[in-house]
Amino acid sequence: MNNTTIFIIVAVVKIALVAFILLTGVAYMTWLERKVVGHIQNRWGPTRVGPFGLLQPLADGVKFILKEDLVPDRVHKGLYILAPGLALTMSLVAIAVIPFGNAVHGIPGEGAAGSALQITGMVQDGSIGDINIGLLIILGATSIGVYGVALAGWSSNSKYALLGSLRASAQMISYELALGLSLVGVLILSGTLSLRGIVDGQISGHPWLGFLPHWYIFPQLIAFFIYLMSAYAETNRIPFDLPEAETELVAGYHTEYSAMKFAMFFMAEYINMITVGCIATLLFFGGWHGPALPFLPPLLQSLLPIFWFSVKIFVFMFVYIWIRGTLPRFRYDQLMAFGWKFLLPLAIANIIITGLIVALRG
Amino acid sequence: MLHHVLFIIFGMICVAGAINLVAQRHPINSALSLVVVMGSLAMIYLLLGAEFLAAIQVIVYAGAIMVLFVFVIMLLNAGEEERTQGNHFALWLGAPAVATLAGMLMWIVFRNDPHKTVALGNMLGSPDNTHGLANLLFTKYLLPFEITSVLILIAIMGAVVLSKKEG
Amino acid sequence: MDSVALSEYLVLSAILFALGVYGFILKRNIITIFMSIELMLNAVNLSFVAFANYWNLLEGQVLVFFVMVVAAAEAAVGLAIIIAVFRTRQTLNVDRVNLLKL
Repeated sequence: MNNTTIFIIVAVVKIALVAFILLTGVAYMTWLERKVVGHIQNRWGPTRVGPFGLLQPLADGVKFILKEDLVPDRVHKGLYILAPGLALTMSLVAIAVIPFGNAVHGIPGEGAAGSALQITGMVQDGSIGDINIGLLIILGATSIGVYGVALAGWSSNSKYALLGSLRASAQMISYELALGLSLVGVLILSGTLSLRGIVDGQISGHPWLGFLPHWYIFPQLIAFFIYLMSAYAETNRIPFDLPEAETELVAGYHTEYSAMKFAMFFMAEYINMITVGCIATLLFFGGWHGPALPFLPPLLQSLLPIFWFSVKIFVFMFVYIWIRGTLPRFRYDQLMAFGWKFLLPLAIANIIITGLIVALRG
Repeated sequence: MLHHVLFIIFGMICVAGAINLVAQRHPINSALSLVVVMGSLAMIYLLLGAEFLAAIQVIVYAGAIMVLFVFVIMLLNAGEEERTQGNHFALWLGAPAVATLAGMLMWIVFRNDPHKTVALGNMLGSPDNTHGLANLLFTKYLLPFEITSVLILIAIMGAVVLSKKEG
Repeated sequence: MDSVALSEYLVLSAILFALGVYGFILKRNIITIFMSIELMLNAVNLSFVAFANYWNLLEGQVLVFFVMVVAAAEAAVGLAIIIAVFRTRQTLNVDRVNLLKL
């Protein structure tokens, strides 16, 4: 078995593992959402299917698979099938470049053509190779994801779907600007576009004030809030979910979709939420940086970074769901005014101030 | 070898997309095939070692400019093209003209030394494509960079003024 | 066959450019004509990047950057003009907008 074969086998195993964990995570995030929003609204949420309603996602999955797949009469067939597939594919492309932790030692094939703890990396002579434009690939995948929404509405041949998709895609491309610009502040501080490089820039150094680690949230607090708000608008979640709210425009761009294709849109939205949480932890919260627990056995200690990473992402998912249960939604003109007239100038001001401070410090 | 195989695959996707753009009658199909052309051109830029340009091509060209085209096609509800008189004229006179143009360009290219080769990937002399480009853009070509930002400002104002409704 | 010849990249660029010119001459829909212009710009970008790699100079890529910026500005203004023309003439066929009088 030469190195290439081992490399391919390890890569396939990694992809299968990440895909399985991701899809299970998405399924149980729907459970978490229904439970948490239910408790916020002073009711139970799912309780009947299994203990605490834990088998509810399984029941939902079976429903989606067995439901009748209605295709309306005059749709544009090719685009109708392409749109949900494009949305889901682009969400998964964004997950492919995200590093989950430092290299775990002991995987066969390491050192020759070893694998980093992300789908796309490779270990070469001790250092972990990473895509050096990782952040731009995620931004690119988000940009192409807009096509999924736009084409879904157009191909459905229905007024509600078309208007909903126009509004949703206009919202998404408007907030993409603020999203990208809010991350430039972090890039000025870190000096690299590679996600692993950005995390490595946060791990090193003596902590400020004795206990604050060098995470980029502390110098870039405003950028973090701009990023979070733009990400909520990108993923079409409350308070920015006018395009898919049930009381507006029927159901927006996925009105005419049923069963599996609707499930694909649904999964794409939740995978986008997970990607947003991953980027927020990698760029602002130090990624897999966390206190080392010396009383654990060595194998668990080397898996500890992944655990800290998952904890941080879980916190972001909880905040997403918490805000969904708490805030009302923006009207469409308020939404666009907020993105263009408030977030964009604020992000540009943040870049100017960050650049000035970094340049004056030498 | 791998370089050649990848170049041929993405080159054929580019040409197929471009032929589809010209051959389709509904503008939305043309727009989507242009997106495919831009995506495969981004892959070819990766082969040539311009990874920052490949990412910018996807983000700006395929992800923003073409979305604008698709929006306008959806808003104006553009239908299929009708056959008018100008069409026949263009077909019978245009096709030979374009074939001549393509032939001339290819002859000029092939007349040169076909052994000048292009290296796969990295360019020497800069740690990273992004670093090298940023270095040039902010030192030697700072003036054109600032002028293009003024150009974008003018374009934004022009687009807003032109698309306002009357009254 | 360890490397691709420069002329192969330039031939691809020439084919794309010629197809862009053909679309520009042949089609009657304003938006499709505009898209052919974008195709021509992309073909030129490809030859710039190929030459930048061959001569090992990054100036070619800087010029591609500027071409992309100018193409974005031009697309924005051009599409605004198309929308304005559509509002008055109610058609997207260039053969029908060949008179200044409505």
